Amino acid sequence: MTATTNKAGVISRDSLEGLFDALIARDYVPVGPTVREGVIVLDELRGVDDLPEGWTEDQDAATYRLMRRADAALFGFNNGQHAWKPYLFPPKAKLWEAEKTPDGGFSMRETPDAAKAFAFIGVRPCDLHAIQVQDAVFMAEQNTDPLYARRRRKAFTVVIQCGQAAKTCFCTSMDTGPRADGGFDLALTEILDADRHSFVVEAGSAAGASVLAEIPHSEARPDDLAAAEACTKRAVDQMGRTLDTTGVKDLLYGSYESRRWADLERRCLACGNCTMVCPTCFCTTVEDVTDLSGTHAERWRHWESCYTTDFSYIHGGSVRPTIRSRYRQWLVHKLATWQDQFGTSGCVGCGRCITWCPVGIDLTEEVRLIRDSERKKDAADGHVQEHPHASD
Amino acid sequence: MADKPKLAVWKFASCDGCQLTLLDCEDELLAVADAITIANFPEASRAVLDGPYDVSLVEGSITTAHDRERLEAVREQSGLLIAIGACATAGGIQALRNFADVRAFTDMVYAHPEYISTLETSTPLSAHVRVDMELRGCPINKAQLLEVVSALLNGRKPNVPQGSVCIECKMRGTPCIMVAHGTPCLGPVTHAGCGAICPAYNRGCYACFGPMERPNTASLAHHLGALGVADDAVQRLFRTYNASAPEFRREGDRHGGGA
Ligand code: SF4
Ligand code: SF4
Ligand code: SF4
Repeated sequence: MTATTNKAGVISRDSLEGLFDALIARDYVPVGPTVREGVIVLDELRGVDDLPEGWTEDQDAATYRLMRRADAALFGFNNGQHAWKPYLFPPKAKLWEAEKTPDGGFSMRETPDAAKAFAFIGVRPCDLHAIQVQDAVFMAEQNTDPLYARRRRKAFTVVIQCGQAAKTCFCTSMDTGPRADGGFDLALTEILDADRHSFVVEAGSAAGASVLAEIPHSEARPDDLAAAEACTKRAVDQMGRTLDTTGVKDLLYGSYESRRWADLERRCLACGNCTMVCPTCFCTTVEDVTDLSGTHAERWRHWESCYTTDFSYIHGGSVRPTIRSRYRQWLVHKLATWQDQFGTSGCVGCGRCITWCPVGIDLTEEVRLIRDSERKKDAADGHVQEHPHASD
Repeated sequence: MADKPKLAVWKFASCDGCQLTLLDCEDELLAVADAITIANFPEASRAVLDGPYDVSLVEGSITTAHDRERLEAVREQSGLLIAIGACATAGGIQALRNFADVRAFTDMVYAHPEYISTLETSTPLSAHVRVDMELRGCPINKAQLLEVVSALLNGRKPNVPQGSVCIECKMRGTPCIMVAHGTPCLGPVTHAGCGAICPAYNRGCYACFGPMERPNTASLAHHLGALGVADDAVQRLFRTYNASAPEFRREGDRHGGGA
């Protein structure tokens, strides 16, 4: 399935520092996973030593625990709370500022983005897809967001092909992993067994190839490629969750009155965590602020969530006063409306919303329950009801 | 500017913390004083200018009949009345009396309880007069206070988000301590405004800013139970600075063995 594997190389564990050296020499700011505050976060990295060597995590709905591994893997974990989103699409950004002029008017000034070019190290295939989903949102021909586009065009992407899956992962259902075949500058697969610790590496762009040329590496042998394939298979076998996407758009469009939403009204906190951690959620609000003297004004954009009533406030009140209507908005947008809007699913199966929902609401389970409940309803409508609605 | 707006600060049953937030705006205070006439500010000066006032910032809850009358007078003299802090918006920590017999307390605390004239309850300003805006917090957040004052001065809508503390917590990138460490946290039901300080220092949110819009306290309380928080401890979590805010009051009442 991959023509690129022909050109694959192998970087030894000890040569991986060369990746950081080459990137830093090119003036990139390396960003990647590191252990902080008892979790694996994404942060700026100085080198290999900052990676979560020998760490892993156990995650499930509403729970995440950092744990030690028996080996010294550098990427032996899956996605944590942080996505790459804040680096390309910052939570808060000043769009412009204005000064009052003596003649009673005002002069406006753009506030250019000063961020340096990021090198993302250890992007999971699902997250690479998430970035591509946001590209479609922010870099559409007609409406390109200058801040996002600038950062995205400058970024260097190093994918880490998954060799394991968390209980919350379902990339295989969303067709976004556990292996990426393109769209990266470099892709690494970590091989760690009794006699080797190395990375199978593929270049996916000219920039990637030129960085790779500076890192000591050898040509991949068939057994290296076989080991990389085994990694992918292991991740597939460990896939913790599934989401049946068959006809999911029509299913959700047809479920506006599903009785399942009442259950979500009871459980969902409308706290917005799922939208904040989701690597594809892109909603913002814009606020104007002034100083006390009224001579200086600024316009800020910051992340917003469809779970707040402010977000859907129009004259006279919020159009989504109930929690059920807000959860429904989120789920239906993510899995159905997104397809009409951008031609892809808005969900890449990263599992973050499952782990980081304080009460563990799991969209894969909700879709399953909606499907079941609609099936029962159809059966009832056709007078061939087999299961009474006792447990709903 | 000939007609600078007149701002007055009033105090009822409270600790002065919210007024001190205004005093704490050291750097900005000069600009504030430039832009408005401070007509009454007990923490800063004893001088009191006569009303009417364009804006009154009112701190504290109503716990005596005399204070109730005083509040009515403030209302009459004020264009906009802004309740500041948990006492003024929910009754404050002193609203714990609402769950008990206040006379038992006065008997216990004072040598001559017969001299104490107090109401049975501690109530928010809105229980007595029309309140134009509420600024939450115990104490209020300095940036939010300045935001409201600049918005008023510049004739624009203040930016005061109504959503959860979790949104602020995630925007600052704090790893969720409830999910990652099992630490009980009230962030998911608490009104934003503080910037999610406590989780950033490994403490669960104490809900200083009171209930967010339509909080689902029952779902969170159920989850706290699942995390191993005892039922009476769940009650205590909801009964702090905003114990008498209706949504927290109802949730607290459902726990602690029917107390
Ligand atoms: S909806 Fe959930 S699983 Fe899907 S991409 Fe967003 S956070 Fe990940
Ligand atoms: S689904 Fe979970 S994370 Fe999302 S708003 Fe509801 S309770 Fe919060
Ligand atoms: S630590 Fe508390 S406030 Fe922060 S996201 Fe978690 S539950 Fe919400």
